[in-house]
Amino acid sequence: MQDATSDERLRPGAGEELVFDATPTLAHKPTHYCPGCHHGIAHRLVSEVLDELGLAERAILVASVGCSAFSYDYFNVDAVESPHGRACAVATGIRRARPESIVFTYQGDGDMAAIGLAESVHAANRGENITAVFINNTVYGMTGGQMAPTTLLGQKTTTTPLGRHLLGEGGPIHMSEIMGGLAGVAYAERCALDSVKHIRQAKKALRTAFSCQMQGLGFSFVELLAGCPTNWHLDPLKANRRISEEMIPVFPLGVFRDVREERKQSEVQA
Amino acid sequence: MSRIVFLEERCKGCRLCMEACPAQIIRPAGRFNRQGYEVMETEGRCTGCASCALMCPDTAIRVFRDKSGGKTA
Repeated sequence: MQDATSDERLRPGAGEELVFDATPTLAHKPTHYCPGCHHGIAHRLVSEVLDELGLAERAILVASVGCSAFSYDYFNVDAVESPHGRACAVATGIRRARPESIVFTYQGDGDMAAIGLAESVHAANRGENITAVFINNTVYGMTGGQMAPTTLLGQKTTTTPLGRHLLGEGGPIHMSEIMGGLAGVAYAERCALDSVKHIRQAKKALRTAFSCQMQGLGFSFVELLAGCPTNWHLDPLKANRRISEEMIPVFPLGVFRDVREERKQSEVQA
Repeated sequence: MSRIVFLEERCKGCRLCMEACPAQIIRPAGRFNRQGYEVMETEGRCTGCASCALMCPDTAIRVFRDKSGGKTA
């Protein structure tokens, strides 16, 4: 690693200000993720939001299984590794036992939308006061590119070599829409990580989700459309383009639930 | 003039910064880091917009903005 203290270039010179650097909650170690993987961006956004809201000291991460299994290594917050898919159930326990803490899960699509669908949906429906960060890259990344519940129709994976077919394997599952329809959910938004504009929006969504938890409004959910260049067999730039060209038409971006807005409107009407 | 610095040992050579740069001043350097990834370099006038750093999945870019000129320097 480069030693930041010994290199003049890494410090602001006369008349300069440092406008972008790693935030303290993001551990300063290289990640194991593949080149162009968007997990790194999601990690950074979550860390920045925790630092900006001053939550890092009382935040507890519930890590999942998948490529994000090692996410506890990359956040400088307390963390619990949960069994596959059970992050929302573990987070429920932690949040109820330690109500002063800020609890968030970080899960991929195989973890949250497949094996852990029951735990996630029921935690959301109970209105557990936790935040779930859901990474949707339409594929099982760590195990080598098998079909996930979010895999697009026609997409080739190692378990759908002819492309996913609606009558054989079903269609892509829309988690934000499902979450947005549940009574206990305070906030549900889908964002993408493919462009600077979308990344800024994603950070705003994460900030709203964590502030909903701070206010005790219920379950907050942010879905992030992310790229997996390795298992899509594309280079990172083409993978980015695939998000905007193929994923966003199927998974439209936007807010699917915001109880703060609903309350505001009911106040206006009353 | 604003400038960016690449933390070369963190870089994985994905080139997302190259596409994110509105001024198109980032290009492959033809050098490789210890992990064997091709690192990037800049050539031209940086505006300090930090788009590359926002896009970088590995937080390998540090951005310094010129105080006198601000964004448009």
